[in-house]
Amino acid sequence: MNMLSLQQVTKQYAHRGKTVQALDEVSVDISKGDFVSIVGPSGSGKSTFLLMLGGMLSPTSGKITLAGESLYDLNPEERAFFRRKNIGFLFQTFNLVPYLTALENVKIPLFLAGLSSTDQEKKATELLIRVGLAERLNHKPSELSGGQQQRVALARMLANDPAVVLADEPTGNLDPDTTESILNFLDEINREGRTVLMVTHDPRASKRAKRVLRLAEGKLVQNTNSIA
Amino acid sequence: MKLSSIVWLEIFERKNQVITSFLAILLGISVIVSIKNITYFSEKAVARELDALGANILILPKSASIQNYYNADMQGDVFPEEYVTRLSTSDLQGLDNLSPKLSLPIQLSGKNFILTGILPKNEFQAKAAWQGAGIFSRPQGCGTIVDLPGSEKPVAKETLVRKRVIDTLDESSALVGADMASLLSLKEGDTVKLLEKEFKIIGVLPVTGTIDDSRAFAHLHTVQKMAGKGPAVNAIEVVGCCEQISKGLVQKINSLLPEAKVVTITQIVDTQINTNHMMARLSLLFLAIIVLVGGASIANYMYANVYERRREIGTLMAMGAGSKIVLRLFLLKGLLLGLSGGVFGYVLGTILAVVLGPWVAGVPVLPMPSLILWAVGLAVFITLVASYFPARQASQLDPCTALQEI
Repeated sequence: MNMLSLQQVTKQYAHRGKTVQALDEVSVDISKGDFVSIVGPSGSGKSTFLLMLGGMLSPTSGKITLAGESLYDLNPEERAFFRRKNIGFLFQTFNLVPYLTALENVKIPLFLAGLSSTDQEKKATELLIRVGLAERLNHKPSELSGGQQQRVALARMLANDPAVVLADEPTGNLDPDTTESILNFLDEINREGRTVLMVTHDPRASKRAKRVLRLAEGKLVQNTNSIA
Repeated sequence: MKLSSIVWLEIFERKNQVITSFLAILLGISVIVSIKNITYFSEKAVARELDALGANILILPKSASIQNYYNADMQGDVFPEEYVTRLSTSDLQGLDNLSPKLSLPIQLSGKNFILTGILPKNEFQAKAAWQGAGIFSRPQGCGTIVDLPGSEKPVAKETLVRKRVIDTLDESSALVGADMASLLSLKEGDTVKLLEKEFKIIGVLPVTGTIDDSRAFAHLHTVQKMAGKGPAVNAIEVVGCCEQISKGLVQKINSLLPEAKVVTITQIVDTQINTNHMMARLSLLFLAIIVLVGGASIANYMYANVYERRREIGTLMAMGAGSKIVLRLFLLKGLLLGLSGGVFGYVLGTILAVVLGPWVAGVPVLPMPSLILWAVGLAVFITLVASYFPARQASQLDPCTALQEI
């Protein structure tokens, strides 16, 4: 069963008066529970690909379907609601809110989902304990290491129990030990049945995926199993 | 976690940035509150002083001249007492007291005096036609006569001198002016014969420095009988509320009594009008400054805040926050700034007014709780309007650009 589907997706945008082809008629189906790494040189369209799958960037042409819903047939408010229910983002730079503690950062998606303060507190604490930050609940991002910040981001991403996880270079700013720890978490959440798509430059990280999609100059040039 | 928690935590995290905008609103509101507060009590003080001067509108026969305001009723011409009924039963606002008068020249011990007939207040209340709609059943003093702590209620004689009103006066009683009492060696309890009728003196009036010091006051109807002119008067003295005079009370009385001449002390009215206009212009000037400076400061701060937080906005959108939530996030911040600026601005402005009022305007100033609604309303209006466009810009941010991922 397909969780994600791209049909003839093209994305063009203007940059300093020139048209840039970020994606060029990309078609691909991704099954539920798959773990896909997206690789390719800088500027090949990897991040564009991921943001379009996340409903954050509309294609110039083509159709993107997630869990049977045509994402860009929804209006922006409906798309935000759909994202809240189904998609979790993980960023290279963590994107934690700097003035909130670890616990408060994890509470944000729970607040957006309309949970009560008590339920927010309970679930956020459970998630931070799960990622090994029981002792860092009330620390602000500036008081945490890079690896700890990415684990807070991981807990925040899991808060609304997303079916699809979109990770953009999640280990790009981390040391090898922390990278391993984050990849283990991604393996773990994939084993729980979530579909994981990870943009990466790191060959070791891409090997952890079940499947590799390679992009070059906006075109899909490889779509193979990782082991192959 | 609530939207308000996010807003508060962000404000406290970046308090150094928000403090300038907060101060702009705080100081602006403080200045306006203190001006309004001082103005209010200053106007009341002016109105009280004007009121203390006594009658400020005279209704005279059409033919009368007004060389001297204080003896304008001494010209012999009369008009019907019925004019009093017309005024009493009219819906004119700002008529604080009416005092119909009929004056006759008299001689005692070779000296000239004036016998003036006046109508005591109980006569107004006794007339069925004047009840209910009557002048004394209306609120008096235009709300300007405030009994400040320590002030004393005037006694009957002072009320007659100042407001031309006395509560009761029977038909054979009289009050005499200070000069008349002095020249004729009269005192309270004596009897005096005026135009062949004996009157018991029930009081000697204090010195006024006007022709009233040479008058004897008796019941209007007694004086009318003595004059043999029927139910006529030759003047109606009116204590008009200065605020209403400035709004055209004299013209309205003229319309009601086209056969009479209505005059007022223009300098008094002009003083009140000029004071009111100056204060109103000053308030407007400061209002314009606060709206421009405060609004511009808040808008500038909000635009900078949106720019600084665009990655945070993009992250919130990635987590499923719609544009409405982002809009509310920034408008709520504007609302909190407005509420706090309004409340603290009211407190600071009131303290300034109470402390500086006596020094600046020479009047005691008391706190005005009603101004807090005005202060908070204005501050919230300014901050919400100033925050709206930055908030809308934030809500319409392209999340990809905001995340700087492309």
